[in-house]
Amino acid sequence: MTALNTGGRLMAPTAPSPARRRTPRRRAGLAGYLFVSGYAILLVAFGIYPTLFAGYLALTNDRGQFTGLNQFVKVIQDYRFGPAFTNILVYLVMWLVILVVLTVVVAVILRSRMKPGLSSVFRFLFYIPGALAGVASVLVWMFMLDPGVSPVSGLLNALGLSTFSQVIAPQSLPVIFVFIAFWTGAGGWIVVMYGALNNIPDEILEAARVDGAGPWKSAWFIQIPMISKWIAYMTILAFAAGTQLFVEPQLLQSASLGRLNPTWSPNQLAYVLAFQFGDFNGAAAVSIFLLAIGLVGAGILVTRSGLFKAGDE
Amino acid sequence: MTTTSAWRPQRRKTRQASRFASTLIVVLIMGLLLVFFVLPVIWLILAPTKTASELLNQPPLSFGAFSNIGLAWDHLASFENGIIFVWLKNSAVYSVGSLILTLATSIPAGYALALTRFRGRKILLTITLLVMIMPSASLVLPLFLELNRFGLIGTAWSIILPFSFFPFGVYLVYIYFSTSLPSEMLEAARIDGASEWQLFTRIALPLARPVVALVAFFSFVGNWNNFFLPYLVLPSSDQFPIQVGLNQLLSSTPSFNPVAGAGLDIQSPELALSIIIAILPVLIVFLFSQRALVSGMLAGSTKG
Repeated sequence: MTALNTGGRLMAPTAPSPARRRTPRRRAGLAGYLFVSGYAILLVAFGIYPTLFAGYLALTNDRGQFTGLNQFVKVIQDYRFGPAFTNILVYLVMWLVILVVLTVVVAVILRSRMKPGLSSVFRFLFYIPGALAGVASVLVWMFMLDPGVSPVSGLLNALGLSTFSQVIAPQSLPVIFVFIAFWTGAGGWIVVMYGALNNIPDEILEAARVDGAGPWKSAWFIQIPMISKWIAYMTILAFAAGTQLFVEPQLLQSASLGRLNPTWSPNQLAYVLAFQFGDFNGAAAVSIFLLAIGLVGAGILVTRSGLFKAGDE
Repeated sequence: MTTTSAWRPQRRKTRQASRFASTLIVVLIMGLLLVFFVLPVIWLILAPTKTASELLNQPPLSFGAFSNIGLAWDHLASFENGIIFVWLKNSAVYSVGSLILTLATSIPAGYALALTRFRGRKILLTITLLVMIMPSASLVLPLFLELNRFGLIGTAWSIILPFSFFPFGVYLVYIYFSTSLPSEMLEAARIDGASEWQLFTRIALPLARPVVALVAFFSFVGNWNNFFLPYLVLPSSDQFPIQVGLNQLLSSTPSFNPVAGAGLDIQSPELALSIIIAILPVLIVFLFSQRALVSGMLAGSTKG
């Protein structure tokens, strides 16, 4: 977190540095407050207040007494805590590796190895499943994974999976969630990466070709380094979203007739603690852990990649 | 940047072989991914044309009959007296309501952050970026308690207000204005005697059309697909948005839940049809938004 608290340095890669602009007259100051007021109210009400409230809950007990770090210790010792965070970690590693490798490889292929017309058809087809994000995607994939109706039931059978409950065995869950996330999320990112590759001037690639670089070498030494900021940006957003996994395990759990673990992901654990055990303080402690992991992860990526630092300082 | 001189020309023979291999790899990757992305969509479109038993017995990618779509539609429409229409209406109210609030707050805020000076501007920008990358679902529980405290649980506001807080939108507007509207232009208008409000409505807003569309796209799609918050804060079925409604349909269908769904008309074809209906608005937005997505995500990437 501290890495992020660098004040004005936390800027978009492209934002002009404020120092370059002249200071307008004072009335602009008042107007500025009016313009941001609506957003500021929402920010306080639904960004800052819930965060502080979660912190307060995690440091107190259900009678409002200050209990220090007891809630954190309590949830860590909970037998469901370790597995939930391990699950999300396994999922995140698989998801991020697959997302980064495949979106970049596919974007490079679409940009350099295909006719523009065909490439745009592919991008469109990859992009469309994104419209089925959320509950819809989980339902679609339940059908895909049900050997009874699945169009790939042959493949599932070949893997020794002949019933839905065999498919959704606990050890396959991270893979299933990666499939779902990739199906809905990757297309949009492929389109974005393609756009980033398109912004690389043709002369640079032409020069590389004259120097004898094949398409793969051009990709590795020129194209990928030039879009690395966008890869980092994608990784940050995918990481933040990935830690929040809730719909997917929750829906699969209810479809499994209770055979699956209802606290598979940390968000599910927080949900169960709060609404089945009435332990809002423990739930808040779990939320704070998630928040911390999300921010630390993003912080590492932000500082390592140089993203959000004003590039023109 | 890497230098190009590091590469040495390869020998012709190996080049030909490696060219063949790389073409093979390309075809393989793209072929597999094409099947992966497209197959579920085709299956989903075909599923409502079949009856539940046809889904089990006929080839998965076969076409049934158009009359089955009508049948599935009738079953779906009569489920709990047409509650699916109520769900769709709720989704529309929540998504559009918060979309309007998002635009009304984030456009002026992004403008002010980019083009006006005021104390606290930097800190507001920093917090916005921080909240943007914060996993928001982990705030849903304290949010629930907060809404409860203000007596908003069970009202439409409990969804609309939290949804309309959209820091990513503010960030997009901020980037847009700071890269495409030179402050000299505003300064000139100021000297001509324009008020701050006139600067915003007469100069900035007309220029902001692309970014308004962009924020609207991301906000609408996010709102429509959100599940966690409405799942927690809405107690009764007639307030559900369609996403939570789908969850209820799922638990009422015998496809995955033979016990709960016994005797009901909601089976796999009806479920598949309800998925298509539920995503239709987002799909329509998606069909026209591919370019918007790129320009949004790469906002101003050619500069700097």
